[in-house]
Amino acid sequence: MDINDIQEEIISEFSLLDSDMEMTVFYIMELGQKLPVMDDALKTEENVVKGCQSKVWLTANLDDDKIYFSADSNTAITKGLVSLLIRIFNGQSPEAILNANLHFMQKIGMERFIGTQRSNGFAAMIKQMKLYALAFKTKLEVKS
Amino acid sequence: MTSPASSTLSTALDVEKIRKEFPILHQTVNGRDLVYFDNAATSQKPLVVINALAEYYKGYNANIHRGIHTLAEKATKAFEQTRLTAKEYINARSEQEIVFTRGVTESINLVASSYGRTFIKEGDEIIVSELEHHSNIVPWQFVVEEKNAVLKVIPVTDRGELDLDAYRKLLSSKTKIVSVNHASNSLGTVNPIKEIIRLAHAVGAVVFIDGAQAGAHLDIDVQDLDCDFYTVSAHKMYGPTGAGFLYGKKELLEKMPPYQGGGEMIKEVTFKKTTYNDLPHKFEAGTPNIADVVAFRYAMDFITETGRAAMAAHEHDLLQYATERVSRLKGVNLVGTAPEKVSVLSFTVDGIHPFDIGQMLDARGIAVRTGHHCTQPLMDRYGIEGTVRASFAVYNTKKEIDQLVEGLERVINFMK
Repeated sequence: MDINDIQEEIISEFSLLDSDMEMTVFYIMELGQKLPVMDDALKTEENVVKGCQSKVWLTANLDDDKIYFSADSNTAITKGLVSLLIRIFNGQSPEAILNANLHFMQKIGMERFIGTQRSNGFAAMIKQMKLYALAFKTKLEVKS
Repeated sequence: MTSPASSTLSTALDVEKIRKEFPILHQTVNGRDLVYFDNAATSQKPLVVINALAEYYKGYNANIHRGIHTLAEKATKAFEQTRLTAKEYINARSEQEIVFTRGVTESINLVASSYGRTFIKEGDEIIVSELEHHSNIVPWQFVVEEKNAVLKVIPVTDRGELDLDAYRKLLSSKTKIVSVNHASNSLGTVNPIKEIIRLAHAVGAVVFIDGAQAGAHLDIDVQDLDCDFYTVSAHKMYGPTGAGFLYGKKELLEKMPPYQGGGEMIKEVTFKKTTYNDLPHKFEAGTPNIADVVAFRYAMDFITETGRAAMAAHEHDLLQYATERVSRLKGVNLVGTAPEKVSVLSFTVDGIHPFDIGQMLDARGIAVRTGHHCTQPLMDRYGIEGTVRASFAVYNTKKEIDQLVEGLERVINFMK
């Protein structure tokens, strides 16, 4: 599935929550609980995303020219939010991630439930993911 | 005729009537009635305060003290009236001992900078406590660093009380300043400041009391306490943001150099030599925050007229009820269980990050504070990253506490 299709899928799932804040927050935490467990050995200072109020660890690897992210957070809501990004980006090419235009946040009204500080943190996560994509893209170009 | 129920202090308050004075409380947040439990951060404002601000700007906004026109005179009178009210509020000897500041943080910086940098010498010691807000630590660190002095720290016990035995051992002829809070913002602990002051004076140190969490909740009598400095912030006392005052004993304020230079604080300026104005104006450089200081009086009057004892009794009642109900929830650990507390309930929940709890409660319209509450050394003492803090004011109710408990039950059940 391409990035925009996944975004549309997320938008339609959130629309079922009918803008009920409590249901939305529970849903986000549930998504976080489903995120595959990150290996504790990867939770290093180096892998901490800078600019997040909560602690977020993020790593990525390249498999068959596609990127796969792994992440965790010390707060359940942040973990749920990062899981949305992972769902969108996992299995995509570096090129697709770099060119991705993420619009699902506005559509699901994310600013209502994450506030200014978490919005900055969320932007920092996206930036970090794009930096991984850029690094892998360069690596692939050097190889070819 | 008085009914038996209204004969006790805690029921002497008509909370429903008081709530009507606070327009902000009557709104929904995320589809539910707002429950505002972040009063230790800032309290909401009654109509008398909001109206006083509007009336000042609508009717007599003018720069104070030097104008001879009618509006300037009216503004000056209103501004100085707040000083008289503040003097009464804390029982200072003279209104010359009341210096308006932006609030507690500025007051501490003023004394640290003016008194500290003048009188602290190399090797001198300043004592703070583990319970302090960063604003009662960092300004003293500036002084200590500049003067090569030493910062000593009174430890807290597991229950969140200051260890007075340890304090006694820290005191010596080297101690020059002791600066502690009247009540802790993170835990609510009310400190035995009268004893702390007495012990400090016995070794010749001056004592600064941070009254940020006491201003709206405790009786303050600076003459009885015999403290050298005391400070409050208006915005935690149902008053406007950006205003507060510093009390200082006149003889100390007299010998302190000005904190900032500018208009108002001078007597005469020449390029050779400037002489300074009398107290308290010496410390009030520039155009002050006139509107907020003017409105601050109405906040103090609101507290006095409502009755500090009745308010304290109501808040104590709420705290007891909340403590009992919240502590019974699964996985909850109270942080700070001193027998004497202002209405602050701080806790953690096993396996759930405070941020998640705060966000979940907000989704139900409940405002609490989460995190380290600007007391990182205290959080380190307990080996935690932060707490969830619910803090109560005169307009809060037991029904609201029930809503908090219900919200907490939901999140605890979800996360288990």
